[in-house]
Amino acid sequence: MTTSVTPGTAVPGETRRVVELTVNGVHRSAEVDVRRTLADFLRHDLALTGTHVGCEHGVCGACTVLLDGLPVRSCLLFAATVSGHSITTIEGLGQLQPDGTTKVSPVQQAFRDCHALQCGFCTPGMLTTITAGLAENPHPTAQQAVDMISGNLCRCTGYQNIVEAVLRAAELMENPDAPLPDEGFTADEHAKGDA
Amino acid sequence: MKPAPFRMYAPHTVAQAVATLAALEAEGQHAKVLAGGQSLVPVLAMRLAEPGHLVDINGVAGLDAIDVSSAGVRVGALVRHAELLRHAEANRVQPLLSQALNLVAHATIRNRGTTVGSLAHADPSGEMTAVLVLTGGSVTAVSVRGEREIPAAEFFVGPLESSLAADELALSAFFPAAPAGAGTAFVEMARRHGDYALSGVGAVVIPGPSRDEGAPTISVSCGFLSVSETPLVLDLSDAWAAGEDSVMAVVRAAIDPQDDIHASADYRRHITGILAVRAIREALARVREEQAA
Ligand SMILES: Cc1cc2nc3c(=O)[nH]c(=O)nc-3n(C[C@H](O)[C@H](O)[C@H](O)COP(=O)(O)OP(=O)(O)OC[C@H]3O[C@@H](n4cnc5c(N)ncnc54)[C@H](O)[C@@H]3O)c2cc1C
Ligand code: FES
Ligand code: FES
Repeated sequence: MTTSVTPGTAVPGETRRVVELTVNGVHRSAEVDVRRTLADFLRHDLALTGTHVGCEHGVCGACTVLLDGLPVRSCLLFAATVSGHSITTIEGLGQLQPDGTTKVSPVQQAFRDCHALQCGFCTPGMLTTITAGLAENPHPTAQQAVDMISGNLCRCTGYQNIVEAVLRAAELMENPDAPLPDEGFTADEHAKGDA
Repeated sequence: MKPAPFRMYAPHTVAQAVATLAALEAEGQHAKVLAGGQSLVPVLAMRLAEPGHLVDINGVAGLDAIDVSSAGVRVGALVRHAELLRHAEANRVQPLLSQALNLVAHATIRNRGTTVGSLAHADPSGEMTAVLVLTGGSVTAVSVRGEREIPAAEFFVGPLESSLAADELALSAFFPAAPAGAGTAFVEMARRHGDYALSGVGAVVIPGPSRDEGAPTISVSCGFLSVSETPLVLDLSDAWAAGEDSVMAVVRAAIDPQDDIHASADYRRHITGILAVRAIREALARVREEQAA
């Protein structure tokens, strides 16, 4: 069965577009090719090179940013498509202090505490993903921490310290002064606890 | 790894979107609809396709609704996988939705990818293609010629090929409710959680009154992914009545898996039999839970 549709008019196509975004709370705009990905827009047009680009086809997670608070792959979005929206990048995770310095976020602090990075290439994507993951689930188990980062590849750490950092970040969010256990965490112990 | 140049169109209404698609088609242009971009942008980045025109529907009003009735769940073209996964009412009416959506990619991809887009993409490794066929759902398409409803069985034509015309927009998909008393389950095997599955099986079991005077029978059907060119559904009621070995034999004979870098065809055939038995067992356990509750 076929019903009629209201006739509409075709819209014109563009090859360039002015993109307006709120990035880390600041309004930014630039005119770019419509094929510009959000990752390249951030890095090349806004000079925010904290967002890393690895595979450029959605597999590695290095380019993950928050779009209106939710993690997305910035290599799989065209900047033109998300014009008008709000983006948080790695540069925006820390909190600006009254004296002009920046305080690292609990997730960043946890990465430092747990030695959760080596070369640091995957780290911006890990931090944005975990920040959003903990906002949704503030008390993850070790298994849930593994699931949280399962879409992000790391070639250096072997992941164990990143899983520890997720758990440590959850602890720091609850109590910013939580002491590090003398012997440090081990994700293995958490995993045993869950089994 | 950068897409070839294209022109982008940003309609605000469905009427504008289909008029734009029709105008491009009339000019003989190669145009593509852009929804979540989670399948299309990788294809463009690797230059497996170089369409000259992208019609971006992300700004089109009225495509983001999830409508739930006792008949089933209607999902608009801009509903992201993550939104459908979180929708408690939709998943009460058709539990296969969340059972399968949990296995679609990673959470980050689900925040952007649309369920209707994954159907339009017609990837035989897509979980939701299998769910649409297994539930006997349909896709509603619209063009300047009008609206039409395409039953799941006619929607998937081949790998990555749907029966949508080049100037048609998929407006929504409809997933019928699970039958009363039914149990459902979705299981798969992937290299890593969130990767495309080597093989996957969805099951619907419906306990019924006895078909003959013999023992009570149950109706068992399974949908398969990654093991055939288009999503496959098998009625396994008789095989199940004959036992688990019979289910495995029937399944392995019916599917046509391919070798690839991730697994051999033989391995896929082997695990698919096992996964079918697991899915049926899990669905039956849900029936018992329901009956006990
Ligand atoms: C790393 C990674 C892992 C993934 N793993 C899985 C997985 O395990 N299982 C799975 O099912 N999927 C997986 N996906 C794909 C994901 O589910 C996509 O979201 C989905 O396949 C496509 O939806 P989309 O909205 O992103 O569509 P797009 O990428 O925008 O479009 C896909 C195709 O459908 C067409 N199209 C889209 N919407 C419409 C419409 N309304 N009308 C007409 N045509 C339309 C487009 O023109 C294009 O040809 C994965 C993706 C990535 C990047
Ligand atoms: S660069 Fe975006 S996922 Fe790898
Ligand atoms: S720290 Fe080097 S890739 Fe993760």
